[in-house]
Amino acid sequence: MRAHILQRLASGEVLIADGATGTMLQAAGLPTGTPGEAWILERPEEIMRLHRAYVEAGSQIILTTTFGGTRARLKAAGLDVQAGEINRRAAELARQVAGDPSTDSGQGEVYVAGDIGPTGDMMDPLGPLTYEAAVELFAEQAQALAAGGVDCIYIETMSGLNEAKAAVEGVRQGCDLPVFCTFSFDTHGRTSMGLSPAQAARTMVALEVPAIGANCGHAPEEVLDILPQMREAAPDAYLIAKPNAGVPRMVKRQVVYDATPERMAELARRYVEMGACIVGVCCGSSPADIAAIAAALRIG
Amino acid sequence: MANERLFEEMTKAVIAGLPDKARELANEALHAGIDPLAAIEQGFKPGMDVVGEGFARGELFIPDLMMSSKAMQEAIAVLEPEMMKRKQHLQTLGKVVIGTVQGDIHEIGKTLVATMLAANGFEVHDLGVDVSPQQFVNAVREVNADVVGLSALLTTTMLNQEAVILTLKEAGLRDQLKVIIGGVPANPEWAKEIGADAYAENATEAVEVVKGLVQA
Repeated sequence: MRAHILQRLASGEVLIADGATGTMLQAAGLPTGTPGEAWILERPEEIMRLHRAYVEAGSQIILTTTFGGTRARLKAAGLDVQAGEINRRAAELARQVAGDPSTDSGQGEVYVAGDIGPTGDMMDPLGPLTYEAAVELFAEQAQALAAGGVDCIYIETMSGLNEAKAAVEGVRQGCDLPVFCTFSFDTHGRTSMGLSPAQAARTMVALEVPAIGANCGHAPEEVLDILPQMREAAPDAYLIAKPNAGVPRMVKRQVVYDATPERMAELARRYVEMGACIVGVCCGSSPADIAAIAAALRIG
Repeated sequence: MANERLFEEMTKAVIAGLPDKARELANEALHAGIDPLAAIEQGFKPGMDVVGEGFARGELFIPDLMMSSKAMQEAIAVLEPEMMKRKQHLQTLGKVVIGTVQGDIHEIGKTLVATMLAANGFEVHDLGVDVSPQQFVNAVREVNADVVGLSALLTTTMLNQEAVILTLKEAGLRDQLKVIIGGVPANPEWAKEIGADAYAENATEAVEVVKGLVQA
């Protein structure tokens, strides 16, 4: 039986998460405009292939392909009626790659994190989504992910405090798993909704969220400024760094993220020096980034 | 309350993003017989300017901008009937058709730009998200737009900004209007490459750039 993910973190271990999902699936043929969640039921072998690529590169935490898996967000692609099935199945696919925790030999333990992203709707009073409705959406998603066998729930790319709170509350209603929460600080060092790293951290501490951090965002270098702010506001939290692989630019009609795997590996070492204990990469990354990070962190 | 004092209160209500207060002040102006157009231009509008500048400097954020524009809209709604009675019109700087391109469902950035353009005197037609090139062309024809705004938040949907421009060309509409693009992965070089007229990094900048485009 493998160790609980929080026990692993408590032991002081650094766990390597995975890299980008959407852009990798598009490279495998997912049409533009089709969410990755559509492939959970249509092309499960592609989803598993990507999870496997990250595990082989060194990922110890893989995120389910459910970033846009709230019923509200799936609605845009007409997938909302299948929301429960998609989330549960996504968890099962990742679980299959990560291995069965009850029979795990302990060799190459990989955890499955149930990924939850924003609903895409603005919350009251800025938009139509009420707090209660948001809680319900997140609870429903968390419940389905838990039914599919995830080890923890990983809320990410949050920008508004109310939505993050609703997500945490919803997850707790939907399941009993540990919940992590990271924010996208993409606007002058804050989230687009104006939330500072310290405000985000303080709120998550108050909600007893054990692992918090920064994902997506703008340039990965900015995480070097963000982590100390979160650490100061949340001295006991496990810190997560999962930034983009640089800033996207169009070069000859190809999107290029300007940070190389070597650069991401160098940054990962610095994140760990600053106290990060879960490190991964977000948009623009591939298993090559994870392999470089894994190599750099293992050398210590 | 003297006019200046009231105007100052209006500016403050917009800066603080207080729709109820803005509505109350607009009603107060009506009761006092104050020129509604003056109330907008000297009272509420300067508040939007302050908020727009703060947003561009990175001191204010999306919620500030949205609540302020909500306050501004509430005030205008109260003042509009009286303006109609006086046959006054808010100056329209131009007609803008805006939307997020096909395949992309990101709404917030585009809505913010639309809101700021409307608050600054443009007639804005917001087509929403996942808008096809043909829908842009149809809207441009229908309203006789001066400017088209194309938002794309995904690196994969940026190419659809170009598709709209090509479709506008095919429809013979490209030369009679200006095209501005925006979105996280976009930049001035990309605008140039796909034949757009301009790029703006944020909603405040978009207002200035679009003003420049309609004057050119």
